[in-house]
Amino acid sequence: MKVSVQREDFDLSAEVKALAQKSQNVGAVASFVGVVREVAMTLEHYPQMTEASIRKIVEEAKSRWAVMDCTVIHRYGELQPSDQIVLVVVASAHRGDAFAACEFIMDYLKTRAPFWKKEHRAEGARWVEARAADDDAAERWAGKGR
Amino acid sequence: MKVKVLFFAGLREQLGTAAEEIELPAGVNTVGALRLHLRSRGEAYEKAFSEKALVRTAVNQDMVQPGARIKAGDEVAFFPPVTGG
Repeated sequence: MKVSVQREDFDLSAEVKALAQKSQNVGAVASFVGVVREVAMTLEHYPQMTEASIRKIVEEAKSRWAVMDCTVIHRYGELQPSDQIVLVVVASAHRGDAFAACEFIMDYLKTRAPFWKKEHRAEGARWVEARAADDDAAERWAGKGR
Repeated sequence: MKVKVLFFAGLREQLGTAAEEIELPAGVNTVGALRLHLRSRGEAYEKAFSEKALVRTAVNQDMVQPGARIKAGDEVAFFPPVTGG
């Protein structure tokens, strides 16, 4: 498992390739990239907690699906529209587990990893409010998995 | 007992502080009791920790519910619902 919380950008194809080549038993690699929409923002996080909380989410995914390996990269600091924010890559033997685990990790990241977005709009800066839809997305995984 | 209290994001700006060591009165030994105690520290705290305020808590970097116990030396972080991803 690779978890990184960093200011720097990441390279999707390099990360996918790294997981795909880990083992000859890998038959599926699913990935998700989150991108900044419309407005520049600053991402704050809780350094002592962030990486550990992401590792816990990945462990939870591994207990539910046949995940062979996983990479999660989450950026913080100043980000511009179209910048990449977050990457989740999951390697598995088959696509079902890879897709499901990738979506699960993203849904849990949204509600459990200590990041906060502050948008810089023309009328001033404001903290983004959490969405109930994100809680609902995380809730629907209750009891799901293999 | 003493605990280290941290505030993040909007809460940090609202209170004008990011981290503080706080000496707790006897009997303040849960997250809920600490929240009540913080409300006595002035108007900004009263507002930030009102019943309506959506505040999440982590004790020693683990998200917890208001009933969670706290002990001397703990790191107690307060923050708005998270918005990463």
